[in-house]
Amino acid sequence: MSGPSVLAAALQDVLIEPAPGFEVPSIDWAGIAPNLILMLGSILLLTVVSVLKRRVPSWFAPVWTISAAVAAGCAVVPLWQRFADTGPETLVGGAVGLDGFSLFATVVVCIAVVFVALLLADYLPRESLESPEWYVLVLLSASGAVTMASADDLIVLFVGLEILSVAAYVMTAMHRRRVTSQEAGLKYFVLGAFSSAFLLYGIALTYGATGSTNLAEIQAFLAGDVVTQNALLLGGLAFMLVGLGFKVGAVPFHSWAPDVYQGAPTPISGYMAGAVKLGAFAALLRVFVVAFGPAYRQEWQPLVAVLAVLSLVVGAFAAISQTNVKRMLAYSSINHAGFILLGVLAASAAGTESALFYLLAYTFMAAGSFAVVTVVGRTGEHRQSLEDYRGLASVRPGLALVFTVLLLSQAGVPLTVGFLAKLYVVTAAVESGFDWVAVVAMLTAVVSAFMYLRIVATMYFADAPEGAPALRIPAATGVALGLSVVGVLLLGIVPGPVSDWANEAVAQLVVAAP
Amino acid sequence: MFTFGDSWYLVLAAIIFAIGAVGLIVRRNPLVMFMCVELMLNAVNLTFVAFGNLLGDVGGQTVVFFVLVVAAAEVVVGLAIIVAIMRRRAEANADDVSLLRG
Amino acid sequence: MSNPLSDFLRDYLTVGIFGSLGFVLVGLLLFIAWLIRPDRRQAQKYIAYESGVDPIGDMWSQTQVRYYIFALLFVMFDVEAVFIFPWATQLEVFGWFGLVEMTLFILILLLGLVYAWRKGVLKWA
Repeated sequence: MSGPSVLAAALQDVLIEPAPGFEVPSIDWAGIAPNLILMLGSILLLTVVSVLKRRVPSWFAPVWTISAAVAAGCAVVPLWQRFADTGPETLVGGAVGLDGFSLFATVVVCIAVVFVALLLADYLPRESLESPEWYVLVLLSASGAVTMASADDLIVLFVGLEILSVAAYVMTAMHRRRVTSQEAGLKYFVLGAFSSAFLLYGIALTYGATGSTNLAEIQAFLAGDVVTQNALLLGGLAFMLVGLGFKVGAVPFHSWAPDVYQGAPTPISGYMAGAVKLGAFAALLRVFVVAFGPAYRQEWQPLVAVLAVLSLVVGAFAAISQTNVKRMLAYSSINHAGFILLGVLAASAAGTESALFYLLAYTFMAAGSFAVVTVVGRTGEHRQSLEDYRGLASVRPGLALVFTVLLLSQAGVPLTVGFLAKLYVVTAAVESGFDWVAVVAMLTAVVSAFMYLRIVATMYFADAPEGAPALRIPAATGVALGLSVVGVLLLGIVPGPVSDWANEAVAQLVVAAP
Repeated sequence: MFTFGDSWYLVLAAIIFAIGAVGLIVRRNPLVMFMCVELMLNAVNLTFVAFGNLLGDVGGQTVVFFVLVVAAAEVVVGLAIIVAIMRRRAEANADDVSLLRG
Repeated sequence: MSNPLSDFLRDYLTVGIFGSLGFVLVGLLLFIAWLIRPDRRQAQKYIAYESGVDPIGDMWSQTQVRYYIFALLFVMFDVEAVFIFPWATQLEVFGWFGLVEMTLFILILLLGLVYAWRKGVLKWA
């Protein structure tokens, strides 16, 4: 508020006062600081590097990006204090929510940005693709993800989704020399636009049924509504579920995911598995659990249960038959999406909390795993098949060990974060009475464990092929690998602080089941 | 006198949306697929305006601005991707884009 | 007077009067031009006018990719203008608040233009 009011005082003679009937919306700049830092970081980076051009050293863009992400993460700390003191607030005329949920999601997005910036710093020179636009798009899409996660209005949510998605389409297609990258970009774009239209139609129907796009108003409307079988509202729910189902890569709306993950530049695949999934799941949780949860959970829970079961089963079984490791990880991300859907399905505080924890854990696992694929792929990313991982342990024992830890974590082995993440979501689903979905989830975990162990066995028990080019682990990638393993193990052994934090984050947001 | 009620606009919008959705699934030319996406988004715009009128709420109309701008941004990016692919091959056809499968 | 339909039609009448005035004005100007301009017929003058460029080949020839980038830029900036019109109609109501917000908005758009300029997109060479 201070910015505009100082300006107003200085220019009082020149500027017209707003008409008496018009209430100037108060914009709490401090409250949206993390998002502002990411967005302004993106715009300023674009301006600075385009004006200075070649005079900008090559390290500038990645350092800038990481600094912006860290700054945005630090800006969360005072806001968290404010949230702890005063509880959830809604800012900018009811459009943006300042609550634990959005703050937690912001931190996860910032972590994903740090990882992708570290990986891109080595990847882009290797592929001769260096240009600062990559980092601009990363920051922009991060801002979109944060917008989605903190949206208190369906239209803000949609705009955030589009900022996130459009930037992701471009990054997917931005590898100039790989045809697969551009193909993946086109597929992602067409199906992404298709799903956006579905989501938007769902928003329109919801608006028609409830008279508002504001989540709080929708929640209040539903709490007072006596009509339980409103066709318009059910249609809106279904369309929104389809739209967001596409974005999270849930079966049967998953067809784009393997192609896009395989075709996209590998660091970007890791980023999509982390930040893009987080944005979509945050939207799903905010809309379905928070706004539609109290009054309408009976209506959408069966649909989400079907999505969860299909994602779990298809993700696990399709991954086994793959020979391309990047594609395996893509299918495993569909399996993971099924697990996170368990947290959504629970429609409880425990479920939301476990979904947030899972998203944080998966951000670490995905960033690290795709970092390994980046390194093993070598220049041009031609070496992605399982064959190329033969004997990795004898050539690069450290890299093989890191990959093993990350894969075991994805499989859900105790002492890693993957185990706890799976445990939390399954517990939350059982508590909400979805025992059978939880059983399916645990069975598919066994199936996908087979796939992860197959990669591990290939690395350790097969002979390295002769004449493969040397494998180099650049410094920044090494840092990213180290961070991901430390994160996976630390969160797996001492989960207390973070899971408590997730617990506090959602405690006041999710209304308990009646 | 016969008048068109608000529900007519909603039905029209639903039909346009369905045409767009089906068109996107059955057509193979990326440019036509983009047009179908536009059709779907504009059907949503019509729905918003009709509901806004029905509810006497100006919010339904302001949404249209955002949808318009987002649609334009999407199409600009999509066309850029198509041009990037077209520079490699003579004709852009979604069936030709098939290196990725499995 | 109280009939809403006639009010409705009266709005169209205004539009109609303006439209016919436009036609009359254009016709009048063309007529005056026809009266006073010299008339020298040449074969060159009967070629289709394409912004001063000689038409070569048939009309389905490929267009330069450069045109396409201009078109994209135009679409982007043109569509953003849609936010400016509602503000302009409510200028006095929003007062300084609207001005500050719109200045920020246009500033961000200008940064996009700066990027396009520095990328050399605006130069035809």
